[in-house]
Amino acid sequence: MATGIKDKVAIIGMGCTRFGERWDVGAEELMVEAFQECIEDAGIDKKDIQAAWLGTCMDEVNVGKSALPLSMSLRLDKIACTRVENFCASGTESLRGAVYAVASGAYDICLAMGVEKLKDTGYGGLPAGGSSSGSLNWLWLPALTAPGSFAQLASAYAAKYKVPDDDLKLALAHVSAKSHANGALNPKAHLRKAVTVEQILAAPIIAHPLGLFDCCGVSDGAACAIVTTPKIAKDLGKKDFVSIKALQLALSSGEEMGFNAWDGDHFLTTSKASTEAYKEAGVKDPRKEISMMEVHDCFSITEFVTMEDLHISPRGGALKDVMDGFYNLDGGVPCQVDGGLKCFGHPIGASGLRMIYEMYLQLHGRADKRQLKDPKLGLTHNLGGFPFMNVCSIAIVGKYGV
Amino acid sequence: MIGIVSYGGYIPKLRLQRMSIFASMGWFAPAVMAVAQGERSMCNWDEDSLTMAVAAARDCLAGMDKKKVDALYLCSTTLPFADRQNSGIVSTALNLNENVLTADFTASQKVATTGVATALDALKGGEKKSVLVVAADKRDAKTAYFYEMWFGDGAASLLLGTENVIAEFLGSYSISRDFVDHYRGSMSKYDYNWEERWVRDEGYSKIIPEVVNGLLKKCNLTPKDISKFVFPCFFKREHRGIAKTLGFSPEQVVDNMHEVCGETGAAHCLAMFISALEEANPGDKILVASFGQGSDALLFQVTDNIKKLPARMGIKGSLANRKEVDSHQKFLKFRDLIQTEMGIRAEAPTQTALTTLYRKRDFLLGFIGGECRKCGTRQIPMHDICVNPDCGSVYSQDPVEFADTSAIIKTFTADMLSVSVDPPNIYGMVQFETGGRILADFSDCELSDVNVGKKVKMAFRKRYYDKERGFHGYFWKAIPEAEA
Repeated sequence: MATGIKDKVAIIGMGCTRFGERWDVGAEELMVEAFQECIEDAGIDKKDIQAAWLGTCMDEVNVGKSALPLSMSLRLDKIACTRVENFCASGTESLRGAVYAVASGAYDICLAMGVEKLKDTGYGGLPAGGSSSGSLNWLWLPALTAPGSFAQLASAYAAKYKVPDDDLKLALAHVSAKSHANGALNPKAHLRKAVTVEQILAAPIIAHPLGLFDCCGVSDGAACAIVTTPKIAKDLGKKDFVSIKALQLALSSGEEMGFNAWDGDHFLTTSKASTEAYKEAGVKDPRKEISMMEVHDCFSITEFVTMEDLHISPRGGALKDVMDGFYNLDGGVPCQVDGGLKCFGHPIGASGLRMIYEMYLQLHGRADKRQLKDPKLGLTHNLGGFPFMNVCSIAIVGKYGV
Repeated sequence: MIGIVSYGGYIPKLRLQRMSIFASMGWFAPAVMAVAQGERSMCNWDEDSLTMAVAAARDCLAGMDKKKVDALYLCSTTLPFADRQNSGIVSTALNLNENVLTADFTASQKVATTGVATALDALKGGEKKSVLVVAADKRDAKTAYFYEMWFGDGAASLLLGTENVIAEFLGSYSISRDFVDHYRGSMSKYDYNWEERWVRDEGYSKIIPEVVNGLLKKCNLTPKDISKFVFPCFFKREHRGIAKTLGFSPEQVVDNMHEVCGETGAAHCLAMFISALEEANPGDKILVASFGQGSDALLFQVTDNIKKLPARMGIKGSLANRKEVDSHQKFLKFRDLIQTEMGIRAEAPTQTALTTLYRKRDFLLGFIGGECRKCGTRQIPMHDICVNPDCGSVYSQDPVEFADTSAIIKTFTADMLSVSVDPPNIYGMVQFETGGRILADFSDCELSDVNVGKKVKMAFRKRYYDKERGFHGYFWKAIPEAEA
């Protein structure tokens, strides 16, 4: 009988680069930058790391295949390294690999790295795959972009809950305005300018009804974590350390795309993965027990419907919570505390670990101007792919034994 | 009895206002003002001769048993493939029986009547019982000249057979003569045209009378016995003049559709012929002649069965389904006649895996999905394992056609980031009423035409053109239906 991951693995060090258009560095340098902070934070020697995972998604415009870019950039000497890729969940997948390896007893100390260098393509937005997106997909799937696929949530949500288009658009503007306000407080964030709801509403449309400010930044960056067992953490002299409470992953079976049940307005996977994560972490009432969240706000509408799939807002209730400021920094469950994908940025493979990084800083009281009062549990959420076909990962972290 | 069993037509919805050509290029070529009346049909960026042929053929096959079709002749001078049988693509898209005889008739403006005459020969010979002839053309002309004004895009289709004949075949007469009014070399993009005055006087004015007189004499008839006389000719005055010289009154001459459509290349004589059939009464005799390095003339007599033919778009319905385009630049862009900056995003690889295309041809070209024998769930594309989460049966699906199933929009967006010839790129999820759904591109619409719950029809359209390898890729798209 599986017992879950709760409190079986400790995070003893983390690092995260400044995200943004890092014209100065490539993926290799970004990994070194994140790692230096991380290993210093952990206070161990590089030789203590026995295995490492690398999460990166767009390898074609980035590091290339295999985990060699990690082992060679960090000069990890003949240890086990594995590259994982699962769309936007790649960073959390890297953590999952390291955490499970420690929990299994196979290794004592492992590294999870996530990196993405997206600004070497020569154009804005995520890279277009064309026929390299799958030999069959290319022959029939619409030429989707990320904003175009997620924007469809809005048309479906508005139709299902009979929300006037303008009301939804306004609520989405509030979602983005909140993240901009948070990002402005974060020195490592890609976008550090507060914007008004009026500015957001007036921005040019990217994919109807999403405008420019409904879309997250396409950024370069890396983030990483060093994990070990609680016992080793204690032996290393760590007190009051952070541990993993839940790690869940859920992927589409194709039901959303092929079976006439889903209305296109939310994420079946997130709904399931969050339920499992709460069970694993022992959370009964997430609206009360989750202190803070970093969710996958690739687009404002994604964050908006995710509030319902995380069972924090009731179905059809996200609009009220958003307009009430429930997810603001001073609200009931602050969301996108570090600025989110929206403003901290979204180097795909790094994002999952960057979210954990903010939770880690908050739990240790190191979040400076963004610091929340006495947070207990932090939830992170990634959504890779498209509303109709996706990968959802959820992590819950908190202080060990609390 | 041998003759026509059904007909179908397709004229693209977009109609370029001819004055827009003059407005943009009149400074350069003021003479084009002479033919700048009305509008010409123009393909959307994702339409070509193949897609129009499929549309006209589907219209023609409405209410017919298509599995009984035993030959398909595709007639056009603008087929996308020089060596890959284009009629084979049409046949697969229509889900005809694989034992059908397919052939491309090409390289002359008269090929549609040649295709029909050949089909009638096959029926007479008795080897074939049902032959589908489809003609389509999308001719390009250099900008700022008469031909850009004269030409339109369109397709027409006739199902020929021996049962339930709506117009009986009475006779034919052919002339093959290497009169080169224009030509297009095998590697050339554009026609090379000789002087119009010569084409008019030595071409139309001599060959048309000769072929018509030949047929009338053969059938022992005079112009007075003919109800409608159909022949394409973009010289408006000669169109009437030739008929008059032959002894036809203006009422007998079928309009060449210049003001509302333009000349649709090899398809035009059939498109005009169908426009006559749509108005015809039992007993009417209709004579149709083509023009292109000679001519074929064919004579039919309408039967009582024409009243029983199920309703269809035809040429009349297609012409009524129109949307005006005022931008000559849009016309040029849609036909790739001007270069615009498409951005680096557009450089994504576009190779087609021919192995994949072959394995999935029923789905990609024929829009075939599956229906689970265990739970009845329909799904497209078909999978080895049923998509119904409560079923999950393995190898349980039978193929089923989705193209004619009514569907509604579930989700949509209009995407400005996606590479598109006609931004925004509108796409979304379409749900079939009898089960199954698919993410689809939308076409022939604007953002204001789409909404959740709105009805769509599926159409065979072009998806991409791989310029590097000269490959045209096709799939099915959703076309929002006009408000009732």
